[in-house]
Amino acid sequence: MSRIGVAFDKARADGRALLVGCMPAGFPTVEGSIAAMTAMVEAGVDVIEVEIPYSDPVMDGPVIQRASDIALAGGVRTADTMRIIEAVAATGAPVVTMTYWNPVERYGVDVFARDLASAGGTGLITPDLIPDEADEWLAASDAHGLDRTFLVSPSSTDARLSMTVQHCRGFVYATAVMGVTGARARTSDAAPTLVSRARAVTDLPIGVGLGVGTGAQAGTVAGYADGVIVGSALVRCVLDAPTEADGLAALRTLSAELAEGVRNPTR
Amino acid sequence: MSADALAPVAGPQPDSTGHFGRFGGRFVPEALVAALDELDGAWRTAMADESFRAEFGALLRDYAGTPSLLYEARRFSAKVGARVLLKREDLNHTGAHKVRNVLGQALLTKRMGKTRVIAETGAGQHGVATATAAALFDLECVVYMGQVDTERQALNVARMRMLGATVVPVTNGSRTLKDAMNEAMRDWVANVDQTHYLIGTAAGPHPFPAMVRDFVRGIGDEARQQCLDLTGELPDAVTACVGGGSNALGIFHAFVGDEAVRLYGFEAGGDGLATGRHAASITGGSTGVLHGTRTFVLQDADGQTLESHSISAGLDYPGVGPEHAWLHDTGRASYLPVTDDEAMAAFELLCRTEGIIPAIESAHALAGTVALAPKLAAELGREPTIVVNLSGRGDKDVHTAGDYFGILDKER
Repeated sequence: MSRIGVAFDKARADGRALLVGCMPAGFPTVEGSIAAMTAMVEAGVDVIEVEIPYSDPVMDGPVIQRASDIALAGGVRTADTMRIIEAVAATGAPVVTMTYWNPVERYGVDVFARDLASAGGTGLITPDLIPDEADEWLAASDAHGLDRTFLVSPSSTDARLSMTVQHCRGFVYATAVMGVTGARARTSDAAPTLVSRARAVTDLPIGVGLGVGTGAQAGTVAGYADGVIVGSALVRCVLDAPTEADGLAALRTLSAELAEGVRNPTR
Repeated sequence: MSADALAPVAGPQPDSTGHFGRFGGRFVPEALVAALDELDGAWRTAMADESFRAEFGALLRDYAGTPSLLYEARRFSAKVGARVLLKREDLNHTGAHKVRNVLGQALLTKRMGKTRVIAETGAGQHGVATATAAALFDLECVVYMGQVDTERQALNVARMRMLGATVVPVTNGSRTLKDAMNEAMRDWVANVDQTHYLIGTAAGPHPFPAMVRDFVRGIGDEARQQCLDLTGELPDAVTACVGGGSNALGIFHAFVGDEAVRLYGFEAGGDGLATGRHAASITGGSTGVLHGTRTFVLQDADGQTLESHSISAGLDYPGVGPEHAWLHDTGRASYLPVTDDEAMAAFELLCRTEGIIPAIESAHALAGTVALAPKLAAELGREPTIVVNLSGRGDKDVHTAGDYFGILDKER
């Protein structure tokens, strides 16, 4: 079983959901992003999702876009991301990578998989790669023992849901709403239905993302999902902070609140 | 012939999942797959439905003003050293070939029972065309346009608003066409139930490239017959400008099976390929994935999209439709860059010899033709006949061209 799978099992045994926290690599700087992700782990985030910044992130809302732009303007390279993954993996927390497809294709799919595995990454979340187009990634992830997380959506048909989860390894990413990343005032009504539809066709753990930003929302999602995925709300802590130290402090506070939330599932 | 502009032909088709060789496909969030499948189904059903084809044909004829003329440009020909036949898409309603695509997609939107269309636009031409079709079909219309472009093209913003559309200035990234396309994709993911994304060119995820090509391929069907009627023969070459590539595919498609007819696509070479400031994705880019499709992309070593540069806003896009990438791969069509200066020289030549002000996009096709003519004449040992897709008119470009030629009076 993958390291992510072990972490999910442990959380499940403890009667709680796993907390996955996302941060773009190289935001605000390479060292700054390592510090931010390390702070998240120390404050209770179970799994770090490192997003490779991309110039055209169509699944991301304004907060992650802005952070990605800052990282790219700072000159972060895909090779830096590998270094960041290695540093964060050294904390002991599993590190999963989220990336749009073109940077992987440009790096070389097999070489990317090899370097990701050797950096200690567990696998990829691919927001714009569906299994239909993923032959090269299926082969490379098999060859290098990496997990594959494809997204399922409220609009996925039963047939696509079933096909997609069959190609997943590690965990499944259920997008809670029809839309892009970004904290929302209310969590989604569509998400519980989607999770139960996915459970009917897979035993893999299911993480829910898009729109979760508070401890209370994390608790709600933890009530029906195995993992709670938080991105924009965490990124905003760093984006809005006047200094890097303030950003880290805000990040620790929110991480702890979310960690508390996933330990108090609302059922 | 526009009465049945969608009649099946034996031209090249993608595989059932939208691949043109190693290009095309669908690189999209799962959330959009259901909508793309729905669109694919609606398009295929419509293509097989005579009533849809009749309705589309009637609109093209009575509303858009097609078939457009094939005009023998004698004075231009004499300067160029080739018999140049201009396919006058500039005379269509809204001033370009794009009206064919928006009418087709607006009809499909109605058939799918959707009530809202969204579109991206660079210079504003596709936005205006979409707003026009939305007014005609009583659809809500939202157009995403980079903030840099809304400032450069204030008149087109006003035109869209007159037609009842909402124009949303996009302030992300480089604030130009590619960012407008990203924003339209985000809107679509969030509102896909009631909304059709009316993509303006033969790019994006399947089925857009093949579907858009089919809606505009009347250009080539008409031109091929018109050329036969006028000259008794097929042309030696067909030329067009290539940004996303819909006008070029529209005119190429009917000729792809005519092996003796050479096909040339002219990309925006901007300041010249060597400067890095251009929009020539095929001749100056590399294979990648952008906006839902695998094609040629302007990108850096890490796969980050590079900004494109062209005097022509309509060609200023860092990707290209996947069918062009494939026609390039197979060698069936040739792609060459044309610089801003070459395009503007041809722009001026057409103005002065024919009294036709072309779109700067189309001026790239004219400039490529000027360079091609002597080579083709030497190769054939006679005057060649070249059909040029004059894809749009230059009214929208008067300010840019006036600036370029330094003929605007100083600000009062």
